[in-house]
Amino acid sequence: MTERQAPGRRRAAGQLEGVVLAVLWAAGGPLTASQVNALLPGDLAYTTVVTILSRLHDKGVLRRERVGRGYAYAPVRDEAAHTASQMHSLLQRGSDRGAVLARFVSDLTDEDEELVQRLLAAHGDPGHHAPGRRPRGHHTPDHIDGHSTPKG
Amino acid sequence: MGPSFLAPLIVSGTLALTAPRLAARLAPRPAAWALATAGASAATTWLGALALLAFTGFGQIRAVADRGLWSVWYLRSQEPVSRLGAGLCGLLLLLGVALVLRASWRRGRVLLRARHRCRTLPVSGDLAVLDDPVPEAFALPGAPGRVVVSTGMLRVVAGVELAALMAHERAHLRHRHHRFLLAYQLCAAACPLLRPLAREGAFAVERWADEEGARAVGDRAAMARAVGRAALARKTDPGPEVLPAATGGPVPRRMRALLAPPPATRRAPLAAAATLALGCLVSLGFAVHTTDDLFRAARHAYVQRHPGAAGADGGHD
Repeated sequence: MTERQAPGRRRAAGQLEGVVLAVLWAAGGPLTASQVNALLPGDLAYTTVVTILSRLHDKGVLRRERVGRGYAYAPVRDEAAHTASQMHSLLQRGSDRGAVLARFVSDLTDEDEELVQRLLAAHGDPGHHAPGRRPRGHHTPDHIDGHSTPKG
Repeated sequence: MGPSFLAPLIVSGTLALTAPRLAARLAPRPAAWALATAGASAATTWLGALALLAFTGFGQIRAVADRGLWSVWYLRSQEPVSRLGAGLCGLLLLLGVALVLRASWRRGRVLLRARHRCRTLPVSGDLAVLDDPVPEAFALPGAPGRVVVSTGMLRVVAGVELAALMAHERAHLRHRHHRFLLAYQLCAAACPLLRPLAREGAFAVERWADEEGARAVGDRAAMARAVGRAALARKTDPGPEVLPAATGGPVPRRMRALLAPPPATRRAPLAAAATLALGCLVSLGFAVHTTDDLFRAARHAYVQRHPGAAGADGGHD
């Protein structure tokens, strides 16, 4: 990563916010700062994670509830779900829509499905949740969805 | 008279059919540029040649010829295509222009709607999350651009692979790939022969972003796995109406390319495409010149037959 000037660092901070939000959306329930930190790739200071979480909470992106002496955070869902159904219909209506919004992947045919499975299996990824997902050199639980949620 | 009008059509047709093959042998970034350039020259040449041919027929209409001081008799004796042919060219031209307008209108509308709908999404940094179980991720151009990812996608792609996916989408935004996609779509609308070129162009743009994503995380295999896993998840978690892939296999092709060493720079296919693109424009230039000569001669013939018109004509020649 290149971080030359202030704009670069600001962008990096923004990208970090994105990663934190992604972790919270992927999790089944609210997570505390230390739980989020454990799921993040790389070595981040605990206080950095707390700062990002409270900033996202101030923006209204996250809601939080008291857990012990700290907070557990979860994404605010309503707007995202409403927009999702609208976007869904926009993307599904006609094949040319995909071409407008550079989509990450196109749909697979049955033959391609087999091929992709073989390619994934051949490159260190036999199952659905495999070591391949793990960020290099850091301990991260393989199964984010099953992560225990804090008792509130 | 025929060859000078036929040449632009033949050269642009050749370019349309060979450019995708040439681009497949290039690294993604030059391929995307080559296809955009080739597509633009071929589409311009195609529409231009149709316009010239249509005009030779149009000029033979008595009222038009009288207005332009052209000898209908001369134009008919020299006609590069039959009047039926010229009419057909005119129809193709109008159809092409209409399809280009329709494609740009539709595209603009989809982009505006998508931007409008995503405005209310929870955003952090440049990531906007869509609460949708169907795995979906795309780059939404604008100021600022956004990477939109669904919760379904976040559940199947995580860690380095998610970082690779995000870097891929950011590459789309940073290099303004939506402009390339717009160019390809408009070319395909202008001339149906350019549809394979447009498909290959969209693929080249994805490959370009794949390479950037792989470089950002320093792990080509992780980028390949992200692509594969996302595609598989879409397959096993179908939305209400998953469209069958008409293109046949861009995902495995992208994965294979990522699992192989980075593509080398090649000059020969690029030079071939550039030559053909230049050939297009030169042949169109010749056709314009020929048309100009034809109508000059027709005016000369008209003036000789109607000496009275010489005065009206004097200012022009």
